[in-house]
Amino acid sequence: IDPSQASSALVIAEHGGGSVKNGSISAVAAAAAALGDSSPVTLLVAGSGGAELDAAIQHASSAHPAVLVARSPLLGQPLAEPWAELLVQAQKKGNYSHIFAASSSFGKDVLPRAAALLGVSPITDVTRTIDQHTYIRPIYAGNAMATVRFKGSGPCIVSIRATSFPAVPGLALTGNREEIYVMSSTGAIGKSKWIGLSSQQTERPELGAAKIVISGGRGLKSAENFELLEKLADKLGAAVGASRAAVDAGFVPNDMQIGQTGKIVAPELYIAVGISGAIQHLAGIKDSKVIVAINKDRDAPIFQVADYGLAMDLFEALPELVAKVPSKRL
Amino acid sequence: MSMNPFCEIAVEEALRIKEAGRASEVVVVSMGGEQCVETIRTGLAMGADRGLHVITQDSSSLFPLAVAKLLQALVSSEQPRLLLLGKQAIDDDCNQTGQMVAGLLGWPQATFASKVSISDDKESVCVEREVDGGIETIQLQLPAVVTADLRLNTPRYATLPNIMKAKKKSIQRVTPEELNVVIGSDLEVLEVTEPPKRKAGVMVASVDELLDKLKNEARVF
Repeated sequence: IDPSQASSALVIAEHGGGSVKNGSISAVAAAAAALGDSSPVTLLVAGSGGAELDAAIQHASSAHPAVLVARSPLLGQPLAEPWAELLVQAQKKGNYSHIFAASSSFGKDVLPRAAALLGVSPITDVTRTIDQHTYIRPIYAGNAMATVRFKGSGPCIVSIRATSFPAVPGLALTGNREEIYVMSSTGAIGKSKWIGLSSQQTERPELGAAKIVISGGRGLKSAENFELLEKLADKLGAAVGASRAAVDAGFVPNDMQIGQTGKIVAPELYIAVGISGAIQHLAGIKDSKVIVAINKDRDAPIFQVADYGLAMDLFEALPELVAKVPSKRL
Repeated sequence: MSMNPFCEIAVEEALRIKEAGRASEVVVVSMGGEQCVETIRTGLAMGADRGLHVITQDSSSLFPLAVAKLLQALVSSEQPRLLLLGKQAIDDDCNQTGQMVAGLLGWPQATFASKVSISDDKESVCVEREVDGGIETIQLQLPAVVTADLRLNTPRYATLPNIMKAKKKSIQRVTPEELNVVIGSDLEVLEVTEPPKRKAGVMVASVDELLDKLKNEARVF
């Protein structure tokens, strides 16, 4: 690490539907926390072009001093090979001391590949910044926290848990925008092809950002029974999640899974219904402000972490809750 | 030392690919001290053909980048068409090694795989991946790196006959020096601590009591 090099960060701004994603805004907050407010932060906004990319660039620029844009048909899909190469090129051009990204499935896929190409070890899934080169990250499914220091030469590459860095509204400065020319199809680029994405369209809030999350486990017994949870979620304006068991059983799709290898959530209120509370699930909910558990098994481990536990048959509790809960959209 | 669950799934997938006639050999690799031998034997007992043990003084120096560099060296001598790994180790939860070795090799990557299909001509692989938004499908030209996610398969138990057969299968030992890889690390673990504990909660007796607490005590409504 060259102490005379001024700090500067490049933050990957993931975007969709024309706006920068919340996770990336959290990554900006993390960069500011690590480097201090006076270090420059550049947002990298890239894609194949078109109206959605332009809108995302606008969104990024509205809150951010510096935006680096890359347009290429190679960046139209979230493939790791061209995106990692983009980071290498951006780093060559900007010589940043740090590169940050959200620890989303995209960040997890791309960042380590880019780090290897840049010859450094990344520090991933960070929950706290201590200083520019020292970060805290969970290990053993969050049962322990490791304080890790980067002592290499080369950029310090960090991915962050969005739930640990609440997105802060940025300053409305006019953006200083630069464009970089992106690579042609060489090396690994062109050896991967994006075929498609199956996803559920939903009006519900995104799991990672929702203020209230209601989750179902194996106790729901069927996909149809998840409708009970959905009714409750609709009334509360909540997102719906699930345990691994519910996904494995085919009750709900994988993108609803919460846990060590699923999504990490930290809502104001987390309601676990028919979930036993395996360590891997708890790993995904530990930072929730209030945890409620409803399970007819009084000995279920979930009751050890729940702030309020209701040992009751969920098929009785849920309809009663739906009827009595205040209809509120937070 | 028991095999990392995600790696077990990767070994199982390799075996299925061989059983489907798409591969001629399955080689299992482990890196670290003597305890790796037991892990490799498990892979051999599941049905892998031979093992490779990269022997190092202590496993704690093996950060993902070091493992990736060692794998890169092994790949250049072994020349596999597919490199399968578990998506993450359940101790450090890094989820980096597969991506790093793919970058170093200049190979395409498919991480968090929930389904792997090698083409009939064995020139490409179609992978379904579990991502934030659902299931993404990508196609990679071989050779490629794939990392296994939970739902890719359910690993088999080693049968007793296979455990016995495994004792005769070879495990080749190699050092980082022999692979021309210098294991350094640009990371240092300063300390490991317990996360803050949540305050103990209370049991409530009814839905009414729960709602009352949420409204008046927790104030989330």
